[in-house]
Amino acid sequence: MGTEKENIITVRNLVKKFGSFIANDNLSFEVKKGEIFGFLGANGAGKTTAVRILCGLSAPTSGEVKVAGFDIYGETEKIKRNIGYMSQKFSLYEDLTVSENIRLFGGIYGISSREIREKQEILLNRLGMNALRNKLIAGLPLGWKQKLAFSIAIFHQPRIVFLDEPTGGVDPIARRQFWEMIYEASSEGITVFVTTHYMDEAEYCDRISIMSDGKIMALDTPAELKRIYTARSVEEVFVKIARPDKN
Amino acid sequence: MRTIFILLRKEFLQLFRDRFIGRAIFAIPIVQMLILVPAITYEIRNIRICVVDLDQSVDSRNLINQLDGTSFFEIRHTSFSEMQANRLMLEGKTDLTLQIPEDFGKDIGNGNPAKLMVSVNAINASNAQLAWGYFSGVIREYNNSLIAGNTEILRFQSIPRIEVTNRYWYNETMNYKFYMLPGVLGILVAAIGFVLAGLNMVKEKESGTIEQINVTPVKKYQFIAAKMIPYLLVGLVDLALGISIGMLAFNMPFEGNPLLLFLSSFIFLIGALGLALFISTITRTQQQFMFAGFFFLIIFMLMSGIFTPFDSMPEWAREINRLNPVSYIMRINRMVMLKGATFGDIRNDILSLTILSVMFTLFAIRKYRKTA
Repeated sequence: MGTEKENIITVRNLVKKFGSFIANDNLSFEVKKGEIFGFLGANGAGKTTAVRILCGLSAPTSGEVKVAGFDIYGETEKIKRNIGYMSQKFSLYEDLTVSENIRLFGGIYGISSREIREKQEILLNRLGMNALRNKLIAGLPLGWKQKLAFSIAIFHQPRIVFLDEPTGGVDPIARRQFWEMIYEASSEGITVFVTTHYMDEAEYCDRISIMSDGKIMALDTPAELKRIYTARSVEEVFVKIARPDKN
Repeated sequence: MRTIFILLRKEFLQLFRDRFIGRAIFAIPIVQMLILVPAITYEIRNIRICVVDLDQSVDSRNLINQLDGTSFFEIRHTSFSEMQANRLMLEGKTDLTLQIPEDFGKDIGNGNPAKLMVSVNAINASNAQLAWGYFSGVIREYNNSLIAGNTEILRFQSIPRIEVTNRYWYNETMNYKFYMLPGVLGILVAAIGFVLAGLNMVKEKESGTIEQINVTPVKKYQFIAAKMIPYLLVGLVDLALGISIGMLAFNMPFEGNPLLLFLSSFIFLIGALGLALFISTITRTQQQFMFAGFFFLIIFMLMSGIFTPFDSMPEWAREINRLNPVSYIMRINRMVMLKGATFGDIRNDILSLTILSVMFTLFAIRKYRKTA
């Protein structure tokens, strides 16, 4: 576990308030280059808020944030060139076809038409979606849509990809396939920042942080966390952290 | 530049992929023109009259015949009771009651001033005024014929008379269609783009796709431009369609330079779309947009001077109208199409319109934030 690898995301004392509600309460953590970083927490724990800040979609109330070496306050446009993003709210254009979506998002990142065409062939072959290239997204099953959305999020080979509850609502097989894709992206050197509330998925991550009520309660490798909390699974760790009174 | 082109391709694909909208954006203005232009008119024909002729003389009958002979009046009822005449008007069966008193014919014969009593239903004030206008015209003519008849007798007396010849400039035949058409055109061109562009933007918010765009390096102005340009083109095509229909179906004259009209409409459309996108950036759902959009659309439309003369509005309303792009295009359209106005004639209107359009668009770009 290359612990001495350089940090690709640095967060110091990040606070985000909505009125009097504190969504992110003094978060501090680092994500290392190339790792799969799991961001865990119950619904409403503040995961999505944090991800949106890291992607430059939302401005923090206070704190220091650096993503891919750029500052979140002045350099969001530079950050955006270097990241990919896929949200829980499925967000490809439903009224465009598979291939039109690929061309749109590829083109936005400045990839040449020829390169898009070449990469599209490889991508569709790998996903087994060759026959579906001219089908509207609206007509695809959710599992396929998510795989495609992920592929498009990393189409421009970003340094980091943010996945906000990417596997919500799909069956276990589709989830497993999805995680295979995440590993593949990781092996290509893309840092993966993934939020989830499926605790079994947490086991696949290199390191995980567990959030509750806007705070980070624990952050380490799954194995280390299980050891510290004398738990057999991350799920047990999570329950012990989120509901300490129950134990 | 390439980014805008890529975004534009997406917008056009989406616009015409929706088969209904793809066709409606061209069909709707055609149908609306064909319905609205002939329907909206101030001309009044067949004003229904109830005559209470208590005189029953040659003179009273001459007068009634003269009224009946015009295309404006239609004598629906005759009665000998004022009460019955009033009831007819109350029931909405007549628009105007003419009472001829008993001594009408005798007074004329004796050279005394003869009296008539006219009541007009003034629920619609402008209709009442028009009815009265037409009516007094007929009476004037009748008077003239009486005077002419008398001069026959008193031929040694010469009566000085002023003869008036009038011409209606810019709309010789007083055809209301020619007045309405340029106005209707202005509204139709803008309304479609206004609604579609705004809804389109809010829809991206609702579906979350706007987030996906916001995490990309697409710049604000690029995104806004890509949202505007398709509807700008649709608006100009609709304008061309509208003018063609006007000329083919209604024999609309086109005195001015078509390029000038298109230039003005182009500026106007930018303003309308800029406002729509601005509203869509401050609303979150399609319903919210429609509410806010209707608010502006209705105020701008009804205050634009399409139905009521701009000059008869109160001072404060005219001040508000300075911010109303529709009122500028209304004037420009009418001046260019009917008067053949040149750029110099409408320079001020075009300048104001440009300022408004730039303002609205800048608002939209400023308010559309990639970060919340």
